[in-house]
Amino acid sequence: MIVQELIFYAFSLVMVFAAVAVITVRNPVYAVLFLVLAFFSAAAIWMLLEAEFLAIILVVVYVGAVMVLFLFVVMMLDINLVPLKEGFIRYLPVAAIVAVAMAIELLMVLWSRGRFGVDMFPVPPPHSADYSNTRELGELLYSNYLLPFEVAGVVLLVAIIAAVALTLRTRPGIKVQNPSVQVRTRRDASVRLVKMKSEKPRGA
Amino acid sequence: MFEMIESVFNWIQSQYLIWTVLKIVVIVLPLITAVAFYTYFERKVIGSMQIRVGPNRVGPLGLIQPFADVFKLLLKEIVLPTNANRFLFVTAPVIALAPAFAAWAVVPFNDFLVLADVDAGLLYVLALTSLGVYGIIIAGWASNSKYAFLGAMRAAAQAVSYEIAMGFALVGVLILAGSMNLREIVLAQQGGIFDWYWLPLFPLFVIYMISGLAETNRAPFDMAEGESEIVAGFHVEYSGAAFAVFFLAEYANMILISGLTAIMFAGGWLSPFEGWPVIGDTFLGQGSIIWFLAKTVIFMFMFLWYRATWPRYRYDQIMRLGWKVLIPITLVWVMLSALMTVLGIVVKGS
Amino acid sequence: MMKRVIEYLRSLLLLELLAGMGLTMRHFFRPRITINYPEEKTPKSPRFRGLHALRRYPNGEERCIACKLCEAVCPALAITIDSTENDDGSRRTTAYEIDLFKCIYCGLCEESCPVDSIVLTGVLEYHMESREEGILTKDKLLAIGDRYESEIAENRNKDAAYR
Repeated sequence: MIVQELIFYAFSLVMVFAAVAVITVRNPVYAVLFLVLAFFSAAAIWMLLEAEFLAIILVVVYVGAVMVLFLFVVMMLDINLVPLKEGFIRYLPVAAIVAVAMAIELLMVLWSRGRFGVDMFPVPPPHSADYSNTRELGELLYSNYLLPFEVAGVVLLVAIIAAVALTLRTRPGIKVQNPSVQVRTRRDASVRLVKMKSEKPRGA
Repeated sequence: MFEMIESVFNWIQSQYLIWTVLKIVVIVLPLITAVAFYTYFERKVIGSMQIRVGPNRVGPLGLIQPFADVFKLLLKEIVLPTNANRFLFVTAPVIALAPAFAAWAVVPFNDFLVLADVDAGLLYVLALTSLGVYGIIIAGWASNSKYAFLGAMRAAAQAVSYEIAMGFALVGVLILAGSMNLREIVLAQQGGIFDWYWLPLFPLFVIYMISGLAETNRAPFDMAEGESEIVAGFHVEYSGAAFAVFFLAEYANMILISGLTAIMFAGGWLSPFEGWPVIGDTFLGQGSIIWFLAKTVIFMFMFLWYRATWPRYRYDQIMRLGWKVLIPITLVWVMLSALMTVLGIVVKGS
Repeated sequence: MMKRVIEYLRSLLLLELLAGMGLTMRHFFRPRITINYPEEKTPKSPRFRGLHALRRYPNGEERCIACKLCEAVCPALAITIDSTENDDGSRRTTAYEIDLFKCIYCGLCEESCPVDSIVLTGVLEYHMESREEGILTKDKLLAIGDRYESEIAENRNKDAAYR
């Protein structure tokens, strides 16, 4: 148990440090990399909860795909930091109110003896060795939560199509390559083999 | 004497940590050696395909060549480019290498030889293969060089695109096997060569190999490197040991993908002759680690064969192939494989 | 329409890619055409134009008569000759230098020589370790000639019929 706690605190410390670093470092690329670190630590903590499916999916989806795209974008940006810092004082009061409100909410959850108190939730019993987190999740998703799951899928599909529809435009008057047409090209379309007799030098 | 060895052995086995470290060493050391000889193998094979002889100067048949290369690289200076991000520049090769090695933790060499027999092994492998691209992206950005940066951009786009096709190809496998544990996936393919998943999942098998090429940045998908377009892509600025680590990572990844292809689609350690008359009753009919290694070597050879045969894809063609060809095909075949299980055409462990 | 569908299905079968792989596999089993250089060498023509040499007559006398035709004809200006008159009234070189860095191995010096003195030998495996060594002095040229005389004479004989 002590080992587990040590691991938990180690990963939480790393995660908190990385999360703070995300919003404090000046270099946006560093910020993205710290976010990756934070995701990793979160995945490790989920692993401690025996939620290995969620933990690995977090790594696959967020670290493996989303953050790569983030890096892709952030690296190409040439962000000028000075205008970003303008108006820091002006927005400070609003930001402070929001931050304090959030902090109070968090503390309420942690300390309240009512609905959300930590002591309200029993420690989940440890599972047997053949317990499969993935199977449990799958069975729940495809039975109790089938409708929300399918609706979520459709909503995502709509979002994909909308994104494509918003960005896809064919501009007239510009020359573009069409790889499909290029790939379809066959040799016969551009090469013609002609049989001819070899010429002889005069007098030979 | 023998008793003493046995008692030492028992003591080591009782010490969980030491035992695990030993197992890791037993996996990693042959892997590094395999990488070294894979480079030699590559030069020999491609040489043969171009009717050349390949390296034959260092040692008999040139067999010492990989060690000569390694020592040369280790003795060379590591040049840090001006204005490069020092920390990330040095860590990038390590980030590229770590997932390639870590993924071997869940690879089952035979029925019981596996470091960590985890339930979500397939997901773990998918997660780790998707991490390899970070090394490339960070290297490209930290080098502070145009070519390296272009290579990093290409690698990022390519990795994200082909991960989807690769993931879907594996979804087909896990629908048929009904498990994400790699050992159980192999056991579900129990039977001779025609019971393995390459047959019912043939399109997914081909797509897995194609996206494996893309994930490892090998020809004809070596866009990130593209030595005739962007010099050497993400590792232009690397030299000496740092470059050697990138090299190691690329080849370790290739071996990993070959091993995974063998597990997912070619029955892992199972014998192709299982259940055949006559030959199935001899030792050849038994599943063993030798079969696994043999299959891995065959897929490793395929990597080299592709490289010797096909020219590099163009960037937009790669994107088109990934998104408009591979992903639709995988989607269709995932549906078909679900049908196959429901209708009982492919039965687990038949 | 039908043609498009058929073409599409054909492309899915990756026939062209497989044809390419078949080609490389066929080559894989072909005998190698490599010549392992230091052990095996390609045959060399008697007209091969390699390192330069100055020849002597069988009695040991230098052939060169300092006519400077080679110096004049050299397109790369690689030859420098100084001459003097001997006691017996014959012209002899005091210096005969060839700059190997300038020389383009065209063989015009050999063609122009009326006494077959300057020749290009078949020697192609030579190196130098400093810039000075790239300039062949008269002594060196004569030494090369002495060393390879039999080979030079043999090559001249073989080629004589075509001249």
